[in-house]
Amino acid sequence: MARVLLLYAHPGHRHSRVNRALFRAAREVDGITAIDLYARYPRFDIRIDDEQAQLLAHDILVFQYPIFWYSSPSLIKEWLDLVLEHGFAYGHEGTRLAGKKMMLAVSAAGPETAYSPEGYQNFPLRSFLSPMEQTANLCKMPFLPPYALFHALQAPEDRTLDAHVAGYVRLLEALRDDSYDFEAADSLAHVSHDTLPIRAES
Amino acid sequence: MDSFLLTAFLFLAAGAIAVPIATRLGLGSVLGYLIAGIVLGPVLSTLGVDVVGLQHFAEFGVVMMLFLVGLELEPRLLWQMRGRLLGLGGLQVAGTAGLIMGAALYFGQPWTIALAVGLVLALSSTAIVLQTLSEKGLMKSGGGQASFSVLLFQDIAVIPMLALIPLLAMPEMTGHAAEAAQHASDGHGDTHGISLNITEGLPGWATALVTLAAIAAVIGIGSWLTRPLFRFIAMANLRELFVGAALMLVIGIALLMTMVGLSPALGTFLAGVVLANSEYRHELESDIDPFRGLLLGVFFMTVGALIDFDLLFSQFGTILGMTFGVMLLKAAVLFTLALVFRLRGADRSLFSLGLAQAGEFGFVLLSFTVANNVLPEALADRLLLVVALSMLFTPGLFILYERVFAPRNVEAQSRDADEIDDDAKVIIAGYGRVGGVINRMLRANGFETVVLDFSSEQLEILRSFGNKVFFGDATRPDLLHAAGIEEATLFIIAIDDKEQITGLVHYMHKHYPQVHVIARAIDRHHVYELYAAGCRDIIRETFDSSVRAARSALEALGLHPFEAELRAKSFTQSDRKRLADLAGLYDPDIPAHLNEAYVARSRQAQEEERGELSGKMRHFSNRANRGWVPPSVQDLQAEMEASAPEER
Ligand SMILES: Cc1cc2nc3c(=O)[nH]c(=O)nc-3n(C[C@H](O)[C@H](O)[C@H](O)COP(=O)(O)O)c2cc1C
Repeated sequence: MARVLLLYAHPGHRHSRVNRALFRAAREVDGITAIDLYARYPRFDIRIDDEQAQLLAHDILVFQYPIFWYSSPSLIKEWLDLVLEHGFAYGHEGTRLAGKKMMLAVSAAGPETAYSPEGYQNFPLRSFLSPMEQTANLCKMPFLPPYALFHALQAPEDRTLDAHVAGYVRLLEALRDDSYDFEAADSLAHVSHDTLPIRAES
Repeated sequence: MDSFLLTAFLFLAAGAIAVPIATRLGLGSVLGYLIAGIVLGPVLSTLGVDVVGLQHFAEFGVVMMLFLVGLELEPRLLWQMRGRLLGLGGLQVAGTAGLIMGAALYFGQPWTIALAVGLVLALSSTAIVLQTLSEKGLMKSGGGQASFSVLLFQDIAVIPMLALIPLLAMPEMTGHAAEAAQHASDGHGDTHGISLNITEGLPGWATALVTLAAIAAVIGIGSWLTRPLFRFIAMANLRELFVGAALMLVIGIALLMTMVGLSPALGTFLAGVVLANSEYRHELESDIDPFRGLLLGVFFMTVGALIDFDLLFSQFGTILGMTFGVMLLKAAVLFTLALVFRLRGADRSLFSLGLAQAGEFGFVLLSFTVANNVLPEALADRLLLVVALSMLFTPGLFILYERVFAPRNVEAQSRDADEIDDDAKVIIAGYGRVGGVINRMLRANGFETVVLDFSSEQLEILRSFGNKVFFGDATRPDLLHAAGIEEATLFIIAIDDKEQITGLVHYMHKHYPQVHVIARAIDRHHVYELYAAGCRDIIRETFDSSVRAARSALEALGLHPFEAELRAKSFTQSDRKRLADLAGLYDPDIPAHLNEAYVARSRQAQEEERGELSGKMRHFSNRANRGWVPPSVQDLQAEMEASAPEER
């Protein structure tokens, strides 16, 4: 059993369809900790000690958020800035997070084809996530390929959202139960409900 | 009685006329008083007023001044000053006295007289210098601080001098003794009344014991007795009782010191230092200050009136020469000290010029030396003129400093960054539910605050938690002044009386526009009044907590906490906007309902609010609805269709 910590951030929670559905489902998954950061810190007054203690009590950290302007909602940035302190998360003696894993679950309005050198977003999605990836690296945390949903605004209409939500639940359970195949995942840029590398239960 | 009234009137009138003129001409109040005294002199002698007696009475102003000086000086500060006090002060007194003694010896005076003259002239004028320094705002400069150290040392040094002088008595002069003693006791019965002295005739050890006991008593009274006394008096809630009690305290301590043959000035200074930490400090300051000012004024006028022009003119050259000689010599000693103690630029000249005069303690010592047959009267009279003239020239020296030295060294005078000034000074009026929180938060963040409140029971409790709070009615200008409102960076009005808050804002806006004022508003209408009174930092006392309560309600009703936060922010924003609009239109001279622009805008505001409340406002005008909304699927579709033909 791995201890999974899910940190969810969406300032427009009220308008959200994708992330709201994802988080609602995630909260029902037993044995993981699912936190709505904007509910916990509506005034951005992040309690650093609490957050660090919480990190230490988990093995896998999952950030779930919508892509906003090729980046994250601002509270995520605030959280990183404050919680990942020198001497705790990085630096000569900052090895407290070493060995824990980091994964992202993101949604983007652009279609997957757009996120390529030929598409109108010009870059693959992973390149926009590279700050997060390098953050994980600096903290000596292996960075797992993100669980991504493209074309997110259409997803509620064409029923891909349901599959995406179900896949999310399976992903979290697999992480929890150590049945997620990290090696297989590593060969992928990002994973989705139909490519999740989960080992069959033994 | 009539003659008393006449004398009082003459002095007050002379001061009231001369001082404003002198200040207007940039000469300073002290010179004004001196000139008034010179003009008054002939009138007083025609009327047969006992000016010498009056001067000794007015010397009590010096006693009060030292009390006030003590109040400003916490014991900790005094201890920090010890090096400068002994170094600067000790060397100044010893050096000046030694040089003047040498000069007197050179002119053929016996050594006893030479030493006495040296001691008399070594002292400078605490009254003039401190008054001028604080009037010109130079107290905090390096030169001002150094001057203060020297003056303080001199005031303390008077005591051993008074002990030393009788030992210098000359046997051949004893014939004059009776007359001289008469002369001395005439005047300063109230300062060192020989008759009151209970230590006379006691053996040395007993004198020492009594003296120590008296000093202990002053410290004891200051530390333990004043608080219950003032709390008792506060119950009556009468202003004049406080004034009376403050006077009683100062006079009582002066009396006690006189009884044991110590300087009353020293005693009250000590009492001041002991009370510097007390919550009644500012109250005492503002009560005593007018008396000090008046008495010192009278004192300076008597100095002017006592100038013996007959003697002056008959020996004009000699006396003027002596005066200049003394001042030059004193300035030279001071300048050397300034070099040794590394005072720079303007500070150095301020220090050297400011203290170059002889002082009021010189008068005291002179009459004392005559009484003790140390100096012949003729010499003493001439010295009296020298002292008076040097004091008369002092304002001129300050003007010289200001015109010639100060401007050139503006930069040199600015303090080093690591020298800690009082920094940002915050005064909080009212220590209730509002002021208390403000104070706690500011202090938690390392800011020094001065809190004024007039509930003495409340203060007692707060004091015990180490808060710096002072008793007093914050709406009284003199108390604000005593609390240092001139130098304050920030003044926070946290009292709860609507009218008084408005009054204070008016007062501050008119007299101290440079001080940032944060005012507590009781309600919406009060905001307009405060805005009209000139305040631009107005905090409604219950608004924020009410909004927070509403936000909690929204959360309890199931809104996402961040959503509730957004609504609260949005509400606050539009409310503040409306408030600012209306405040700009509000005119305290027109009743609100007759103010057309105001009425129109408040109607509109009501409509806006109703629209927002019913949720019928258009999307974009409500901030809470604007954030983080992606385009709708329909929008996207429309865009696709619109761009499709072009792509083809
Ligand atoms: C402020 C804002 C910025 C956005 N920036 C991007 C972007 O840079 N790239 C992108 O693909 N989608 C962008 N989107 C679309 C969101 O990613 C999309 O609305 C979200 O993933 C849908 O999830 P939800 O239903 O949980 O809100 C943006 C949306 C908003 C509101």
